[in-house]
Amino acid sequence: MTTTLEFQPIRLPPAVQALRGEVRAFLHEEMSAGTFDPDFPTEDWDVCRKFARKVAARGWIGMCWPKAYGGQERSFLERYVVNEEMQAHHAPNTFYFTADRQSGPTLIKYASERIKAEVLPKIIAGEASFCIGMSEPDSGSDLFAAKCKAVRTDGGWKIQGTKIWTTNAHRADYMIGLFRTSPSLPENHRHGLTSFLVDMRASGIQCNPIRQMSGIHDFNEVVFDEVFVPEDQLIGEVDGAWKQATTELAYERSGPERFLETLTVLRALIDLDRAEPVPQVSESVGRLVAELHSLRRMSVSVAGMLEAGREPAVEAAIVKDLGTAWEQDLPQRVRLAVARASQGSAAYRRFEDILQYCTRIAPKLTVQGGANEVLRGIIARGLGLR
Amino acid sequence: MDEDPKRPGTLDNDMDTLILDAASRLFRETADLQLAVLSRDPDFYATVWSGIEEIGLDAAAVPEDLGGSGAGLRASLGMLRAAGNVALAVPLAETILAGWLLAQAGIPLQSGKLAFGPSGFHDHIVLDSDGRLTGRIVHLPFARDCSRVALLAQRGNTLWVVLADIQDAELSVRDSLAFEPLDGVEFHQIKPVVAAPAPAAFTKDTSLLLGSLARSIQIAGALETMLDLTTAYVRERPAFGKTLSRFQVVQHALAQLAGEVSVSLSVAASAVDAVDTLLGQGRGFDDPEIRLEIMSARIRTSSAAQIGARIAHQLHGALGVTDEHVLHRLTLRALAWRDDYGNEVQWSEELGAMLRHGDGRALWALLAKR
Repeated sequence: MTTTLEFQPIRLPPAVQALRGEVRAFLHEEMSAGTFDPDFPTEDWDVCRKFARKVAARGWIGMCWPKAYGGQERSFLERYVVNEEMQAHHAPNTFYFTADRQSGPTLIKYASERIKAEVLPKIIAGEASFCIGMSEPDSGSDLFAAKCKAVRTDGGWKIQGTKIWTTNAHRADYMIGLFRTSPSLPENHRHGLTSFLVDMRASGIQCNPIRQMSGIHDFNEVVFDEVFVPEDQLIGEVDGAWKQATTELAYERSGPERFLETLTVLRALIDLDRAEPVPQVSESVGRLVAELHSLRRMSVSVAGMLEAGREPAVEAAIVKDLGTAWEQDLPQRVRLAVARASQGSAAYRRFEDILQYCTRIAPKLTVQGGANEVLRGIIARGLGLR
Repeated sequence: MDEDPKRPGTLDNDMDTLILDAASRLFRETADLQLAVLSRDPDFYATVWSGIEEIGLDAAAVPEDLGGSGAGLRASLGMLRAAGNVALAVPLAETILAGWLLAQAGIPLQSGKLAFGPSGFHDHIVLDSDGRLTGRIVHLPFARDCSRVALLAQRGNTLWVVLADIQDAELSVRDSLAFEPLDGVEFHQIKPVVAAPAPAAFTKDTSLLLGSLARSIQIAGALETMLDLTTAYVRERPAFGKTLSRFQVVQHALAQLAGEVSVSLSVAASAVDAVDTLLGQGRGFDDPEIRLEIMSARIRTSSAAQIGARIAHQLHGALGVTDEHVLHRLTLRALAWRDDYGNEVQWSEELGAMLRHGDGRALWALLAKR
C-alpha cells in the first residue's frame, strides 16, 4: 500500500476506565445537586468558575503536566477519559478547558521559567482561564495573513491591532496570541509570527462583545492599543511561532470535543423512540450510533498514538473533519427522523428545545479551531497531493 | 489490559503476523488485480484457491486439535483485509467462518470451499425431530462453487450447527452485483452430513453477525486500494494544463475518501478486536458490546463503500468504468458486500432496537466501555 493509514484498536486499560468511573460519579453528584443540566450546556461564567475549582480539587486539570509545576504526570489516556466524560455530559468545563487542552502544554514547552512557575499552578488550581488569539478581522483560518503587531520596546513588546472571534476573551485571565513581529518572507510565508502570553488585565485591551446566532455571547473582538508585554512572556521563538502552533494541533483536533457537541439531541431521540417505538426512528438511532461509535473508536486510537509519543497530524485532521461534519449534520438528521411524530407531548417539547439549541450551534462546528477546508488540505498533503 | 492469560500476547502477535504476511504475499503474487481483469480464464482463481489451501488459510480459524491451522479468529479475520485489498473473488471469508462455526460445535475441519449461512434476515433453516433439514437461503454467496454449507439451524427452541451438502439443495443460480455467485438455496427435508448443538454463546443471528463483520473488513480493504489507485492516478494525470492533484477540489475529494478509508479500517479493526477478546472472556453474541461493535462496523463501512466508490470513480473519469481498468473489481465488490448477511438498514434497525433497552444516558455508558 502506498498510503499507510493505520488505526490500532486501542482498549482503554482498566485503571483508565476506573478513573472514568470516578469522573462519572462526580458528574452525577453535580447533576443531582443541580450544578448543571446535561441537555442544556451553560455559559454562566460563575457556574463554570466554581465547577473548575471542584474539578481542580479532584486533580483533573493539568493532570499530565510535570510534577515540578503541580501536575501529576499522568498518562494522556487518563486525560482523554476525563475529558470524554466531561464532554459527553456537557459539563460546564469552559473555564479551564482551553488552558488544560492547549495553553498549558504550550507554556510547558515554550514559556520562560517565571511564567511556568507562576501560571501553571494557577491553571491546575482552576484559577486561571485562557483564550486563544488567532483570527483577525481580515484573516480567519488564513493565519499567515495576521497583521496584529508586536513591536520591540524597552523590557518587552508593545501590541497594536485587533483579534476577532476570540472565545471568552472578555472573561479569560490570559491569552496566548499569535502576533506579527516581522513581514513574511517571499520564500517562507509562514515566517514572522510570534506567540506571546498576554495578561488580559493589562491596560490598553478592550473586548467588544459579538453575539452569535445561537443567542450565546462568547465571541469577542479584542482591540490592543499599545499593550505592553514583558520580555519573558514571549512564547518560544521570535518569528517562528507557526511551527510551534502546528505541533500542538494533533492534541486539539482529535479529541472527543470534535464529535460530542450535539450529543444531547441523539440522547433525546433515543428517549423519544423508547416512549413510542417507530421502526424508522430506531433505524435512524442505529445508524447514528454506529457512526458515533466509529468516530469515537478512531479518536481513541489517535489518543493511543499520542500516548505512544507519535505525531498523528493527518489522522487527527481526519477525526476532526469527519467528527465535526457528523456533529453538525446530527440535528438535521434527528429532525428528519422524527418528522412524522405527533409533536404534542411534553417530552416532545423538551426534545424540541434541545433540537433548536443544537441546530443553532451547528454551523460553527465545522469552522471553529480551523475550518474543515483547511483540514482537508492537511489530509491531502499527507497523501502527497500538495 | 484484559488479555486472556491463556494466550500470551506475544505468541498471538507472532502467529498473527505470520499468517497475515503469508496471506498478503499469496494474494499479491497470485491474485493481482490487473491479472484478474486481463485474464479471460474462468479458472483464474483456481490457482489462488490452491495456494490458499496449500498454506492452510482456509483452515485458519479451526483449532489444531480439529485439524485446522489454529490461527484464531483475530488473525483469520485480519487477513480478509488483504483479501479485500485485491477484491479477492473466492469464498475465503465464507470457508473460514464455516470452519470456525463447525469447530465451535466440535465438528472437525472439512476440505474444500464451504458456504456459510444463513445470510439474510429472512432466511430460516430448521431441523425437525428426525434431524432432517428444511429451509431457504435467498442469497447464499458462492453456493454453486462450494461442496458444502455450514449453517445455523433452529431445532425446537435450540440452535444447531449443521453441515449440509450443496448437492442436496435445490439451487437457483443468480449473480451478485459484482458478477459472482449469489445463489438461492432450498433444502427440503434432507439429511445433513452432520449436526451438533451450537454453543451457548450463539444467537440466532450469529451467522449474520460474523458474515457482516467479515464483509466490513473486506470493504475496508477494498477501500484502501481504491484510495491508493486514485491517489496515484490524480498525481500523474494532467488536465487543463496541470496534474489533477493540483486542483483543490480534487484534493478535497481525495481527503474525504481518505476519511472514509480511515473510519472503515478503524471500526472494522475495533470490531475484530472486540469479538476476539470478549468471546475469549466467555461472553456471547448477545453481548451488547459485541453487537454494537459488529453492527457499527457493518453500518459504517456500508456507507463508506458508497461514498468511496463514488469518489474513486469520479476522479478516475471514464477510464475507471472501462472493463480493462481494475477499479470496478473493487467498487462493485465493495458495493455488493453491503447486502450480504443483512444490509445496513436492517442492522441499523436492530441496533436502534437494542438501544431502546436503556435510556438516552445509557447510550454513553455502552459507547465508553472500551
